[in-house]
Amino acid sequence: MCNQSVGLIQRAVEEMGISTTSITLDESITKRVKPPRVLSVPYGFGYPLGEPNNPELQHAIIAEALALLADDATPPILKSSRHTPCAVT
Amino acid sequence: MASIFKLDNLYRFFMRAYPIKSYGGTPPNAPLRKELSQCRVALITSAGLHLQDQTPYDDRIIGGDCSYREIPNTIETQVLALGHRSKAFDASGTESDINLVLPLDRFRELENEGKIGSLNDRHFSFMGSITKPKPLIERTAPEVAQILKADDVDVAFLTPV
Repeated sequence: MCNQSVGLIQRAVEEMGISTTSITLDESITKRVKPPRVLSVPYGFGYPLGEPNNPELQHAIIAEALALLADDATPPILKSSRHTPCAVT
Repeated sequence: MASIFKLDNLYRFFMRAYPIKSYGGTPPNAPLRKELSQCRVALITSAGLHLQDQTPYDDRIIGGDCSYREIPNTIETQVLALGHRSKAFDASGTESDINLVLPLDRFRELENEGKIGSLNDRHFSFMGSITKPKPLIERTAPEVAQILKADDVDVAFLTPV
């Protein structure tokens, strides 16, 4: 349900005129809630930034999500991360 | 990790059938009109994080606790407590590194590198496991949105758990 909550909060913040981008761990929920810009990552629940204590991977995922803010497509924008699942998840 | 993997898949199967509201039409859209290097950024998570001296989330509320906690930008990341426990996810990663769900240290690095303008003075955490989100939709999410607007935030970055 976390992914539903994030989508609903994201819609409310964007409604206020603030640009938003987010991460989802469950596309099936995100497609229903339809927030404006979302990066779908291939990790297990509890691991939205991929791996603990891996700043390099965390930065790479953040960069992918922030890049959606510059995407000219009309929301909803839902893109898959180019990263692959890591061993820990 | 095998048991967590099975639980993860079971949860995904369950969620596909769960009757959450589907939104039609196009979502709200506030395109970013300036460079990220000029933007004030706030983080929001649904990981149920709170400071030790803040009231914990209440897991006895039927339908879920829709309240939120304000996370000051000045805190040491690892002092945050994970208030959200669920059989649906593995909390060990977050216990080892809060940045996994609230990447505050990563955004501080982006701020120091000049890749974002600045971090907002406060960030927000909500609780997960909300099955009846009406109070979230009608009250608490718009409240946080208004606070961020008053703070002149340009970008919000959101993470689930």
